[in-house]
Amino acid sequence: MTRPAAKGGRASADRLARLLNLVPYLLARPGIEIAEAAGDLGVTERQLREDLELLWVCGLPGYGPGDLIDMAFDGDRVTITYDAGIDRPLRLTPDEALALVVALRMLAETPGVANREAVERALAKIEDAAGDLVTAPVEVRLPADTRRVQELRAAVESGRALRITYYTAARDETTERVVDPLRMLMVGGRAYVEAWCRRAEAVRLFRSDRIDAVTELDEPAVVPPQARPHDLSDGVFRPSPDLPLITLRVGRSERWITEYYPCESVAAGDGDQWLVSLRVTDLAWARRFVLGLGPEVTVVAPVELAEQVRAAAAAALDAYASPVPGPAPAQPAGGPDTAAAPSTDPAMTAGAQ
Amino acid sequence: MSRTRTERLVNLVICLLSTRRFLTAAQIAATVPGYEHDPDDARDHEAFQRKFERDKAELRELGVPLETGTASVFDAEPGYRIARREYALPDIPLEPDEAAAVGIAARLWQHAGLAAAASSGLAKLRAAGVDVDPQATLGLEPMVTVDPAFAPLTAAARDRREVSFDYRVPDRDAPSRRRLQPWGVVCWRGRWYVVGHDLDRAATRCFRLSRVVGAVRVTGQPGGYQPPAGVDLISHVARWSGPVERAGRATVLVTPGRAAGLRRWAVSVTPGGAADRLVLPYADPDSLAGQLVGYGPDVRVLDPPEVREAVIQRLKEIATRHEDLAATGGAR
Repeated sequence: MTRPAAKGGRASADRLARLLNLVPYLLARPGIEIAEAAGDLGVTERQLREDLELLWVCGLPGYGPGDLIDMAFDGDRVTITYDAGIDRPLRLTPDEALALVVALRMLAETPGVANREAVERALAKIEDAAGDLVTAPVEVRLPADTRRVQELRAAVESGRALRITYYTAARDETTERVVDPLRMLMVGGRAYVEAWCRRAEAVRLFRSDRIDAVTELDEPAVVPPQARPHDLSDGVFRPSPDLPLITLRVGRSERWITEYYPCESVAAGDGDQWLVSLRVTDLAWARRFVLGLGPEVTVVAPVELAEQVRAAAAAALDAYASPVPGPAPAQPAGGPDTAAAPSTDPAMTAGAQ
Repeated sequence: MSRTRTERLVNLVICLLSTRRFLTAAQIAATVPGYEHDPDDARDHEAFQRKFERDKAELRELGVPLETGTASVFDAEPGYRIARREYALPDIPLEPDEAAAVGIAARLWQHAGLAAAASSGLAKLRAAGVDVDPQATLGLEPMVTVDPAFAPLTAAARDRREVSFDYRVPDRDAPSRRRLQPWGVVCWRGRWYVVGHDLDRAATRCFRLSRVVGAVRVTGQPGGYQPPAGVDLISHVARWSGPVERAGRATVLVTPGRAAGLRRWAVSVTPGGAADRLVLPYADPDSLAGQLVGYGPDVRVLDPPEVREAVIQRLKEIATRHEDLAATGGAR
């Protein structure tokens, strides 16, 4: 958004912007403590005093005593006594308006957000103030699994430890565990509970649509001091280099996986095949993944995985060749009730995309 | 920038805000400290002009609305002033809970440029007297991430300028050049899209921002087109990727204790001795087959035949392809 500028140039522009803001900021808060103002503005006290010194010699043409910006100091407090006409902050730039409005729209669209109504009022006021700048042609719609997310949020806000039933896709297992929640967040359109997991003894992200049940316990949530929230700036799953690397030969129809999974490398192979390398949490997951992708995908490495895939397919075919155990398949399945199906579970839709 | 330059620029802003007449460069030089020079000395004068140009550019970069005009019909030389109404942030009377919401919104950006823009925007609101509670939280906060194409495409849509970009679709072999009149950018289920009039297809199209390769080139003049009135951007994106209804029912046998992923969304689970019987809702038999094959010998389809056949067919092909590999030691 910002034009690349020399480091010095950027810093100077930042200082000018800060100075133009400083006068109206102080004007609105007569007698504010310098330390408080500095904290609020994100500068050191020393920097703030230097800014004030500079402003003190600026003012209206004439530049006589009555023309210069003036201020009164009372101990550690400061009051602007003459503003020389910069009594209002500069209007929002298009980038500032866009950044605030889009983030507010995101917030307003987030299912389960508290006080949505305040978010919407704030959004309307900012849009109004930004005027033409924010015919910002940006619209936001997030998945609205509001009920589940609200339940979870209430549980997280209760401040208690939670017992959750959680489906771990990587191992295809459902487990019960006790967790101490840190926060709830939304990344890439999905809600997560970030919590200290007593089972794993580590901070884990739990996807809300994989939490099948939650119970508030009587004991309070106690997050150990060493627990740190994840850095999510690069997404939720950051494959670490010690995870197994698999290489697949991928036909045209399954190339979509390169958009859904972080890949180490993607290269053109024979014909319309791509050679795709990615890190996986374990080979059992990789086996299910490859089998699920179907005939357009072949394991290139490791050989161990290729063998597992072959063996699983062969064993499944053997089962089809033998008679069905138990009572014959009869009832052609119930009514049109689809309530039990999580329609947006990517594990369910991945193959279709 | 040196202290003197900052000082000069602050004085320039104050001076131009206070004047109603347009002031020429010469008048400004004679007034604002820091522009002193000898106008008759060509080199000195040229240095002043360069300095003044740089300063004007800096103010415009900051968003200061520098107006250009002439003081009267007799003046040939252009003058400058800043209209206070254009300069000042309008009054935004935010309630404390609204201010808190803006404060939270401003810290959601994971993109450095937009994060900086959000925080400088927030600083202006604070300067306007709004107090923001830094501790406030809304219980659930989205991390706002965008693709690199977001900034140029929103700017182009705002200014109504045609763009072109290279677009890579995974099932094509090479990116193709697309020309678009962007109407707006949409976040749908956590992914970003641009919607607009595709000039080559002569139709409305949406493009996923993550598939834009390289830079977005702005090719048109501002105001080069008019998006249709009242266009619902979301509807153009949602049309391609809406939810599916799972009206079909498949019956499968599952090894006890296995295939937890299927059990979670089964309509019914009937425990049995050697195998549990699950009824699964589905929309597309082929994609269901893909998921079931993932569980290998732990899942066996009983019904309907089309799913069963699709599963068997897939298993055969997978087994064949991997047999060659296993036999020759893999890696090819």
